[in-house]
Amino acid sequence: MLSQTPKRFWIWPAVIVAGLLLLLWGLPQLLPVCAKYQLTDILIFCLVAGVIFLTAYIRHKPHLLEPWRRVLQSHRAMAAAVVLVVYVVIGLLDSIHFQEPLEGQPESVGHYSVDVPSLFDFMTRSLQEQTEKTYSAPLATHLFVKESVVLEDGTTAQQHRRLEHGGAHLADPQTDKWPDIAYTALQGLVWGLLLWSLLALLVSVWHARTAGLSPGASWRAIWRGRSRYPLNTLLVTAGILLVMLAILFTLSQKYHVFGTDKVGQDVFYLSLKSIRTGLVIGTLTTLVMLPFAILLGIMAGYFRGWIDDLIQYLYTTLNSIPGVLLIAAAILSIQVYIANHPELFDSAMDRADLRLLALCVVLGITSWTNLCRLLRGESLKLRELEYVEAARAFGVHHFTILGRHILPNVLHIVLIVVVLEFSGLVLAEAVLSYVGVGVDPSTISWGNMINGARLELAREPVVWWSLVAAFILMFALVLAANLFADAVRDAFDPRLGRIPRN
Amino acid sequence: MTLDNDTPLLEVDNLKTWFPDGDRTVRAVDGVSFTIRRGETCAILGESGCGKSITALSLMQLVPAGGRIVSGEILFHGQDLLQYSERQMRTVRGNRIAMIFQEPMTSLNPVLTTGEQIAEVLQQHLGLKGDALRQRVEALLHQVGIPDPHKRQQDYPHQLSGGMKQRIMIAMALAAEPELLIADEPTTALDVTIQAQVLDLLRELQQQHHMAMLLITHDLAVVADRADKVAVMYAGQIVELAPREQFFAEPRHPYTRKLFAAVPGRGKRRQKLEVIKGSVPTLDREFSGCRFADRCEEAWPLCRERRPAWTVLDEAGEHGVRCHRYDPDVDFVPQVVPSRGVREAGAVDQPPLSTVLQTRDLKVHFPIRKGLFKRIVGRVYAVDGIDLNLYRGRTTALVGESGCGKTTVGKALLQLIEPTAGQVDYLGQELTTLGGARLRRMRKHLQIIFQDPFASMNPRMMVGNIIEEGMLTQGVMPDEAERTRRIDQLLEQVGLSAEARQRYPHEFSGGQRQRICIARALALEPDVIVCDEPTSALDVSVQAQTLNLLKQLQQDYALSYLFITHSLSVVEYLADDIAVMYLGRIVERGPVEQLMSDPKHPYTQALLSAVPTIEKQSGREVIKLEGELPSPIDPPGGCHFHPRCPQAMAVCKQAYPGVTQLDGEREVRCYLYEEKGRGTRDE
Repeated sequence: MLSQTPKRFWIWPAVIVAGLLLLLWGLPQLLPVCAKYQLTDILIFCLVAGVIFLTAYIRHKPHLLEPWRRVLQSHRAMAAAVVLVVYVVIGLLDSIHFQEPLEGQPESVGHYSVDVPSLFDFMTRSLQEQTEKTYSAPLATHLFVKESVVLEDGTTAQQHRRLEHGGAHLADPQTDKWPDIAYTALQGLVWGLLLWSLLALLVSVWHARTAGLSPGASWRAIWRGRSRYPLNTLLVTAGILLVMLAILFTLSQKYHVFGTDKVGQDVFYLSLKSIRTGLVIGTLTTLVMLPFAILLGIMAGYFRGWIDDLIQYLYTTLNSIPGVLLIAAAILSIQVYIANHPELFDSAMDRADLRLLALCVVLGITSWTNLCRLLRGESLKLRELEYVEAARAFGVHHFTILGRHILPNVLHIVLIVVVLEFSGLVLAEAVLSYVGVGVDPSTISWGNMINGARLELAREPVVWWSLVAAFILMFALVLAANLFADAVRDAFDPRLGRIPRN
Repeated sequence: MTLDNDTPLLEVDNLKTWFPDGDRTVRAVDGVSFTIRRGETCAILGESGCGKSITALSLMQLVPAGGRIVSGEILFHGQDLLQYSERQMRTVRGNRIAMIFQEPMTSLNPVLTTGEQIAEVLQQHLGLKGDALRQRVEALLHQVGIPDPHKRQQDYPHQLSGGMKQRIMIAMALAAEPELLIADEPTTALDVTIQAQVLDLLRELQQQHHMAMLLITHDLAVVADRADKVAVMYAGQIVELAPREQFFAEPRHPYTRKLFAAVPGRGKRRQKLEVIKGSVPTLDREFSGCRFADRCEEAWPLCRERRPAWTVLDEAGEHGVRCHRYDPDVDFVPQVVPSRGVREAGAVDQPPLSTVLQTRDLKVHFPIRKGLFKRIVGRVYAVDGIDLNLYRGRTTALVGESGCGKTTVGKALLQLIEPTAGQVDYLGQELTTLGGARLRRMRKHLQIIFQDPFASMNPRMMVGNIIEEGMLTQGVMPDEAERTRRIDQLLEQVGLSAEARQRYPHEFSGGQRQRICIARALALEPDVIVCDEPTSALDVSVQAQTLNLLKQLQQDYALSYLFITHSLSVVEYLADDIAVMYLGRIVERGPVEQLMSDPKHPYTQALLSAVPTIEKQSGREVIKLEGELPSPIDPPGGCHFHPRCPQAMAVCKQAYPGVTQLDGEREVRCYLYEEKGRGTRDE
């Protein structure tokens, strides 16, 4: 009986993770494709599995579950969480890579295309393939630059040429364009509302079942704010996002909603693809950093003496090296390594992926010191507490004390720091890529988009859309992450009392 | 403002301070009425959580966030303070009504000198400036007994000891010569000898200024010494209000009587202490009957049905009580069910003394390191040569003021702190030379119970796992089902139900947690338990439960306790032998009866006389100790006690006195007895 629940908390997450693995590896076997997961994909799936286990663990620990409940009870956090979920879903879809068989070849031969698209690419294939020649403004029907065109009468003239895809269906763009856009947007709106109604129905049925209400009563309870979690906020935020995405998506089938870049790629597609890069940097870096920070931090605080001195010297030294320089040095040496060992990599994508991973590791190594210092301070306090002394009086081993008494009591700090650092890391990627020591130039990321847009800012008229698109998507992600982090910090802060605030 | 003594200075009528919190409202103060006359001391007595501090803060209109005064009147000089605006209140606070707080460490601003902090009050309320201000500050410091006030006013709070800081707080409170002083547990954080100094100072100042005082305390003994009248609070209400003499001669309310019975002391040595069953009810509901009914042994059905009215017992209207038992309108009052009487704690036949644990010349010095290479520049002589014997089935008390090193002795005994020198011998096994796995195995036999029941359990573990930890580590009962049965049995033994196993520590009250800690220590069936102030964080009634339990367990398992405490009444109740510590050394030790009735060492004499007691004592003169415990970094030469000793001689300054054996296994280290003793032993 004793400690039954904590011992078996892993059964359900294990089943879920096994199911997901089966899906990820098994489904490609049934379909005529070949799964081709990148290194970062695998790490992301490990992270997802870790999050599933952690969630199950938290569910059995009231001291961790209660603050998370409070997080979700806050309206702001709920809205931010919905936004984050949209980003995460796109990022995850973009992390399932596969190869398709070459057309015209029988499957059994095993000839696959060299392209390694992700599930996200597959779903947005139209966006990816509808490339133009060069720049075009958002929702434009003509190229941004004039070209020499041979007219019917044989003379050449400088003209904005019609786009190959954007608005190509219009007979007369001058008159038809805006009515067509309005009509298409309306279609999108209807789709968005339909999807939202489906979601609202699901949510209210779920609420009716958990709260034991009739469907009608549950619906009213949600909108009058009487549900346990702010489901009204959830539905409103999800509604806005769904409608927005649906309109953008329907429009993007006929137009380039955010315009095209220098080589004619759709900027909407690029900025969505960048989400994965941002998330990878924000999360995998943490994964690299946590073991260092936690182990060294609590060891320094608990053992004190020479161990403490050593660890402190280590992180003070590391902190004194200018971060950007260290990152630049590491990235450049990795670049040299990659260039000298072309035989190790199958494709350009593998190389870019390794560089992304390397960036995560380097960022992780330079950013663990902060958390480590916090944990050292907290452990210094905890080691003096009487329950730690009582454990020593029982003859418990030091490392058991670390695991059983110190670690669970600093876990809330780890959670807060991880959530807070996420947004900082997403921004760091943009800055580093801009400087040129970030991700591979072939990787689609917000940093690279900004870097590419930099030179065009001097142009008259200005090519502003790449920059603005990257800015908006990054801003939304970082704002949502920060709002969420605020709610997490408040929920775990013992000084703010237990009174639920709205 | 010429008021004669009979006009009340402060009249509080039906004060209610509530803390609304969602759909539940915590009625922290729920209809409190009392009056204070000029020059009078009114004490509010109550256990933690009864609303006494909130009452005091309500008078100043400084109710903590979330609370508000919902009704009542606070008449100060006949004017209702509740009608005052915040701006008007500021002219009252600190000026006409002043307050001193419990914790002197946190009530002073650490970045301002003491002089500046007192001057601030004077500027604010009296508008003094320049030389007049400086002189007044010095006069005030002199008044509260700070030596060398001219220098001291330039000191920062961290340079002063706890007692000094409390004096500074008092000086600040008195700066504007208030008419009413509210003292919220002014001496709880201080040692007995310092407590005596501060209480005396308060009384002197009160007489000089003819000031009224509202003294808030949980300590019956402090009340016995100082108060003119006593109000007992329980669950947000005053249940009894009486002049001191009547209060101590004839307490009426069942709760008050229980409180008296729960106080440990020498007279109750062979008995179990009275305990009040259950715990204070939560205040977030309407009460339909008496608030004490569920815990009262004398309650009858009416007590649960009707709220008791305030009944005045004497003609002067001074003694009142809130109990149906004394209400003339209640027709039927059942006879008091004779309580099960004094339960004998069982026949006590002293077994022959057999030593379980003994220390020889135990020393713990903490090095002070400085500089780049951590050179040792000095030592803290926390424990400086201690000989102790713990006998099977007996309790040895280690008594001393805070900072004398008594907790360090306890930890060094268990090898939680490595001793610098000396031996610790457990049944013939030398512990100081053990290390690693062998020491871990020995830890099974020696356990510890801590002072703070809140910090001594990992908040992230369930009670079952907490108790189990030692068993798992020591490999006792590897079978899970058997272990679970044992944990249930332990929990029942300490008076908790087996379902506690699946709960977390924060769900329990302080007393319950302390019992879980006892269960945890017992799980390994140790021979020796070091009890480090196990009851000092608990209320009187809860303390009684814990002491009873410890005594019972000792009888059942022949445990040896090393009982570290500063509370002499607990010592008198529980201990068999006493060792008195002063600055890292034991100055006197012996059996409890002899030592308490006839202390030899001047320090012991002063310590005993400083303890306030409930029984009105006559002829026992209070020996006032000057100054405070010196620093163990640089102890005074010769006898450590000589700078404070009223009987110091020339020889005391030269060398530390050796051990003098007195009659009946008593030992004392003092030159006063060297030649009288039967034999002296050299240092």
